[in-house]
Amino acid sequence: MNAAGPILEVEHLTMRFGGLLAIDDLSFAAKRGQITALIGPNGAGKTTVFNCITGFYKPTVGMLRLTHRDGMEFLLERLLDFRVSQRARVARTFQNIRLFAGMTVLENLMVAQHNPLMLASGYSFAGLLGFANYARAERAAVERARYWMDQTGLTPRADNLARSLPYGEQRRLEIARALCTDPVLLCLDEPAAGLNARESDELNELLIGIRDRHGTSILLIEHDMGVVMEISDHIVVLDYGVKIADGPPVAIRSDPKVIAAYLGVEDDEVAQVEAEVGL
Amino acid sequence: MTVAEHSHISTAAPTLGDNLLAALKSAAIAALIAFGMFALLLGFRTEQAAGPLTLEPRPLLLAVTVTIVFVGRFLLVLAWSSKLDVARFTPSIPESVKPVLARIGEWIGPALLGFAFIVPVVFYDNRYLLDLGIMVLTYVMLGWGLNIVVGLAGLLDLGYVAFYAVGAYSYALLAEYFGWSFWLCLPVAGILAAFWGILLGFPVLRLRGDYLAIVTLAFGEIIRIVLLNWQSFTGGPNGVNAPRPSFFGIPFSAGDDGFAATFGLEFSSTHRVVFLFYLILALALITNWVTIRLRRLPVGRAWEAMREDEIACRSLGINTTNTKLTAFAIGAMFGGFAGAFFATRQGFISPESFVFMESAMILAIVVLGGMGSQIGVAIAALVMIGGFELFREFAQFRMLIFGAAMVAIMVWRPRGLIATRVPSLFLRPGKSATSDVRAEARL
Repeated sequence: MNAAGPILEVEHLTMRFGGLLAIDDLSFAAKRGQITALIGPNGAGKTTVFNCITGFYKPTVGMLRLTHRDGMEFLLERLLDFRVSQRARVARTFQNIRLFAGMTVLENLMVAQHNPLMLASGYSFAGLLGFANYARAERAAVERARYWMDQTGLTPRADNLARSLPYGEQRRLEIARALCTDPVLLCLDEPAAGLNARESDELNELLIGIRDRHGTSILLIEHDMGVVMEISDHIVVLDYGVKIADGPPVAIRSDPKVIAAYLGVEDDEVAQVEAEVGL
Repeated sequence: MTVAEHSHISTAAPTLGDNLLAALKSAAIAALIAFGMFALLLGFRTEQAAGPLTLEPRPLLLAVTVTIVFVGRFLLVLAWSSKLDVARFTPSIPESVKPVLARIGEWIGPALLGFAFIVPVVFYDNRYLLDLGIMVLTYVMLGWGLNIVVGLAGLLDLGYVAFYAVGAYSYALLAEYFGWSFWLCLPVAGILAAFWGILLGFPVLRLRGDYLAIVTLAFGEIIRIVLLNWQSFTGGPNGVNAPRPSFFGIPFSAGDDGFAATFGLEFSSTHRVVFLFYLILALALITNWVTIRLRRLPVGRAWEAMREDEIACRSLGINTTNTKLTAFAIGAMFGGFAGAFFATRQGFISPESFVFMESAMILAIVVLGGMGSQIGVAIAALVMIGGFELFREFAQFRMLIFGAAMVAIMVWRPRGLIATRVPSLFLRPGKSATSDVRAEARL
């Protein structure tokens, strides 16, 4: 594998919960520096794929290979959940926002930089005694937090409690927090859910900016087709845990299987589509 | 009450007659319930003057009780319905007083600290007050230690007294078997307690909330029962003697090599008490200083983040296992220090001193003070331990007053005396952000 290859390769991923087959032999690749969208109807297994990638679930079968730009490879299915973020540098957000509600926006972003700061504080011993290099590291961390607050428009809210933010800002804070971990792959679970049209547009710009200016690859679960079609470079469609389509947005938009499974069809087209799909 | 008022809006306003009827009805029901409850409790009394046990009926007492309930309920309902909004009874601080209160809030910490420093000077002749001060400070330290585990990391620990016991027994036993001095034993007691903290931490890593509370409660009991039954080593219920403290090697004795003679003072047994007072004050302040500093370090922020959302912590690459264990270990370490101090102050320890009631007391201090608030915990310890002593004259009613006070605090300040959480850092210090935090604190 080299730097030009895909950042994430999912091979034969299968996840079984007892008798329920949530993901069935799923293989796809997410290209480096691109936005890959994972779409599908409710219950298709999208979030399960995310949980496998970020180490929250151990897949029943399959391999998840992440390759850094320098050629370093990580087999994500073998890493503990926190190591996926720490070592492989995969960050994620959650479908139902999980912020540190009782802490301020800035503190949320500082917690995200825990590992480098922990190192700088000499595992708390040097920091406890007040060595200067920790103070320096903390200032740098605040600067990084400030950069992402500027990018997400949260700077005026820096010292407010996370729970006091309106919904759209909470979503953006979660993305900013994930970005503060300096990820190579950012996994966003329905970032546009509950956003109005304007907020949705701002989100699109933010995500495209992250891709173009920082070279961070993005893996995205989204129901908002406006967002998906506008910003994704590549789309993978899941239905009942099976991949039914994989390609650029233009191809997906006209794919009869996707229309049948995801977008629905007119009654008089059902027979025709079913014939094409082979039902 | 507001609900009842709203329901009347569509119809006519309630007349006095309606109110009276409703109050009578409610009072009758309350009286009936009171009768049911007290008919056997108060209505009869078993007597054994001579010979067999007899039942003595006490209809008058029962009638009086039921009447009191009836009248009380009647007046209460009447008062409620006559436009006296219940919300008005909950004390709300007027806006004009708030800045004054905020200023008092800023000064109360340094003021208490200054007061603590001069207590042995002012009350030099009052041995009782000095002893009480030492006890209060011991609980302040224990409260601050537990605050790390419960207040910051959000791990409900009902067995904190176990670490207190480990610290106390570490000192007493090391001194008994190896003749180690207090100053050598103090760090060892802390380290051993921290070790037991980690040992407790491992099996409970996956537990949260109620389940964690039960396991830690059991852990506290296990330690106590082991101490009680391992008679050959710990002395069992007979306890073990712990050497009295020395002034860095100089004993507080009346002899020529004693503290008084060395410093050219007249011998007084108060010297030792004053020394103990400043010792526990120093230990407590160290606990406070470490906690405040840790809160601003990544580990402290990770503790608080873990309290808020553990899964989000893991998604950010935080090793929650280590984070939890450090919280348990550091909290336990301060418990161990306090235990070693307790042993040297008492001169004798036994498992009696480390019962569940102590854990509950320390936890109550932390919860009443406001979880995570250092000054809140100090005030709560002062109020609880000091107040408990103050009401000693009331004998068995002490617990009643104590319980009522706790209920009152929880009603008016459900998140503790000081519920304000000061953020660990600001982007723009001194801006309006604190008002946002303060507003939250009332919730």
